[in-house]
Amino acid sequence: MLKTTVLNAAHRAMGARMVDFGGWDMPVNYGSQIDEHHAVRRDCGMFDVCHMCPVDVRGSGARAFLSRLLANDVDKLQQTGKALYSCMLNPEGGVIDDLIVYYLDENFFRIVVNAGTADKDIAWMHLRLAEWGYSAEVNPRRDLAMIAVQGPNARAKVWEVLPDTRAASEGLKPFFAAGCGEFFVARTGYTGEDGFEIMLPSVKAVEIWQALAKAGVAPCGLGARDTLRLEAGMNLYGQDMDENVSPLDAGLAWTVALTGERHFVGRQTLESQGQQHEFLGLILLDKGVLRSHQKVHCTQGIGEITSGTFSPTLQQSIALARLPRGVAVGDAVEVEIRDKRLKAKVVKPVFARNGKAMI
Amino acid sequence: MSNIPADLKYTPTHEWLRREADGSITVGITDHAQEALGDLVYIELPAVGARFAAGKEMAVVESVKAAADVYAPIAGIVTAVNQETADAPEGVNRDAYANWLLRIQPDNPADVDALLDAAAYAKLAEE
Repeated sequence: MLKTTVLNAAHRAMGARMVDFGGWDMPVNYGSQIDEHHAVRRDCGMFDVCHMCPVDVRGSGARAFLSRLLANDVDKLQQTGKALYSCMLNPEGGVIDDLIVYYLDENFFRIVVNAGTADKDIAWMHLRLAEWGYSAEVNPRRDLAMIAVQGPNARAKVWEVLPDTRAASEGLKPFFAAGCGEFFVARTGYTGEDGFEIMLPSVKAVEIWQALAKAGVAPCGLGARDTLRLEAGMNLYGQDMDENVSPLDAGLAWTVALTGERHFVGRQTLESQGQQHEFLGLILLDKGVLRSHQKVHCTQGIGEITSGTFSPTLQQSIALARLPRGVAVGDAVEVEIRDKRLKAKVVKPVFARNGKAMI
Repeated sequence: MSNIPADLKYTPTHEWLRREADGSITVGITDHAQEALGDLVYIELPAVGARFAAGKEMAVVESVKAAADVYAPIAGIVTAVNQETADAPEGVNRDAYANWLLRIQPDNPADVDALLDAAAYAKLAEE
């Protein structure tokens, strides 16, 4: 039995093609995935992200708890509303999940975790909390719906539909959030475009989704979400990294705070193992489409594509790949596709952002 | 509901076939198949003159989301490939029956009769 979000019937009424996404019945597109992709790069699109799970961590020990739980350092969160991207690691240094944590006040942090990992994440948090004994509570918020509105015109469209949120959200810098009555508006996203991720009471979700559609915001499925995040060079949990992959081998070293004496879970292993792979972008020079698990032949050895697709912005195939140490931007490599070896170039793993090609 | 023309033959793997006046068979992928795949971005066609047994992979169609094999619906030799379709794969999304992939000279023309008719394919595509 697939899980459904509160917007399920609305998707079907809009002609969505539905797929099983990690146990959730979700829209993959509403017609053309490429049109939806361009809508977000050029104008404005929206995504049902209700399957992701907000988790509130409250209490006087919340900061100390998260400081030990997460690989990034929550001490970077000093301004109200500031968001931080982090991995949550196991003792072996593998990634249990990647998440965003919002700082609301000294007794209140809000985390958003992935859909497919939510249950194990919450169980892990409860176990660590019980073991460490901090004065904090961990509460999943399945009562909240979440809609991401993304694109150069996204904020203006949100203010048109939800004028009451404007005062609190207009001054938000990227990667900040604010409560606006019953709404929680964050200037974050997973597309490489400006926009908001909005948390709201589930009972309001359908009405607001439809109002946004009426205002000209294109409903977008998981298909476009994947090509947008890949062009933006953002990792997908379960594909680019998982419990057996260190963040240092997934291009996420920038999110691991190894300075100071903080003893977070996984730190010891990360420091003893160090980085073992490069994590870089590929552009296919020949015709074809790069896909996950294809082998990459480099002079230093064989690597593997972790995410690949056709980039609607670049009109070329692009990928993220885990490659042998020493492979560098600019290198020529060959990708094994079916029985052929096709030419590709190693690039920085950011392909398109803010409506523009970055390559 | 996808478009399934009554005058074509079909395979359970979502290819369509049309018998031409010269005895050759035109092959493409069905409207149902293009809809399931989503926006097509790449098509790999075989060489003219290549010979395939029935059920062998003869071409590949790739959408943004996935790659799918196109199987030889009957045994035969490829007599023509549609380079226009390969150059503009999105045409298949617009009209899967106008944008054919290739033509086969069948080893045994009667093989076509054994394939699905529109009603049988419609039933299969519904499932």
